[in-house]
Amino acid sequence: MLTIQHLTKSFDGTPVLQDFSCSFPETGIVRLVGPSGCGKTTLLRCIAGLERPDSGLVSGVPERIAYCFQEDRLLPWRTALGNLEAVLGKRARREAARWLSLVGLKEAQRKYPGELSGGMRSRVAFARALAFDAPLLLLDEPFHALDPGTRARMEQLLEHETKNRLALLVTHHTPPEGSAVIQVG
Amino acid sequence: MKNKPKLRRFLFSALAVLFWLAVWEIASLLVHLELLLPSPVRVAERLLALAGETEFWAAAGGSMLRVLCGFFLALLTGLCGAALAFRFPAVEALLRPLLSIIKAAPVASFILLALVWIASPGVPVFTSFLMVFPIVFENVLGGIRSADRNLVEMGRMFHFSPFAMFRHIYLPSAAPYLSAACTSGLGLAWKAGVAAEVLANTRLSLGGQIYASKIYLETPDLFAWTAVVIAMSVALEKLVLLLMRRLLALLHLEAAHADHSTLDKKL
Repeated sequence: MLTIQHLTKSFDGTPVLQDFSCSFPETGIVRLVGPSGCGKTTLLRCIAGLERPDSGLVSGVPERIAYCFQEDRLLPWRTALGNLEAVLGKRARREAARWLSLVGLKEAQRKYPGELSGGMRSRVAFARALAFDAPLLLLDEPFHALDPGTRARMEQLLEHETKNRLALLVTHHTPPEGSAVIQVG
Repeated sequence: MKNKPKLRRFLFSALAVLFWLAVWEIASLLVHLELLLPSPVRVAERLLALAGETEFWAAAGGSMLRVLCGFFLALLTGLCGAALAFRFPAVEALLRPLLSIIKAAPVASFILLALVWIASPGVPVFTSFLMVFPIVFENVLGGIRSADRNLVEMGRMFHFSPFAMFRHIYLPSAAPYLSAACTSGLGLAWKAGVAAEVLANTRLSLGGQIYASKIYLETPDLFAWTAVVIAMSVALEKLVLLLMRRLLALLHLEAAHADHSTLDKKL
């Protein structure tokens, strides 16, 4: 089980996370909410091992983590399909195409990131994270560039894909009733 | 409509060439001494006459082979050196003084030293290599270092292998730098290579022919051989850029990346 104990992290003397503790379930979606700059992204980065905490402990982190960054971080020289293939391996072309269809980008498979809108690019990045078979998904505002209808469809897909894995979702949108929410900061 | 700017550019280039040919012609008429400045028509005549001789093609082929040997040797070692320097900073520290010396010292010094050390046909290869290596090394190293840190972090997060990191992130980042190095490196390889051929008086070489023209005071021939060097240098630059584009296409790096439009423009 993913557990965080007394996590503290500051940048240039400015504390971002202070003595933050919590534990997460094995599966499902947990929404991390809080005002801007309260340390939600820092928390995800500490869990992913991209930031070293000043003090505290992060335990129960699986070896494979799928990270959907706040920026899309797509390879500009590869098509949408190529971006998923880069993660899945060339033999998984069909699998990559299936994930792109699931996020509603079947027609845009052969397009390069520069030819896609912001919302489409964030869906490619979301598909890449889902396709990477990892027990933990770290999603940093993956739906911020989407219209309400598309966002709802992506949330449904995420719900379906987290029956056997855990997703930590940083979001600014009001969480649906009954969803697991952790207040950061 | 789409071809209009291209056509205009071509027309301007053609007009510029015609203008300088006219200046040359007028200057040669004013000088009125072929030994000092032959007319463009006379040089063209000599060029056509030389092109009919077997020795011409042997000299052109020999020079191209030597320059290409030096260039590709530098390309290969420069690429490997840059990759090693990126991985192990000590390699860069070790190479830095050598690179500074190569860049600062006159080419003639290296040619004369090479003449002492190695056989004449190897001198142009060595000189071309020496002039191109620092360009490839520094450009490629700069390209690798310019790789987007966010993409590198993404690659690590998604467990990219070292080969995948190189292929998907570092190589595409370095590609525009590499193509720039190829363009400037090839020009320099020709200049240095032919200069070495002149000083080494290499057999079956353009430099050797230039040297012979100078000895026998055949100025039109000197101009004609120089024109051949320029034409071959330009043709080779286009060919290498074309090959590079094909290679990038094979690696699925074509089209959308803005940097490749630089290659398109050059072609």
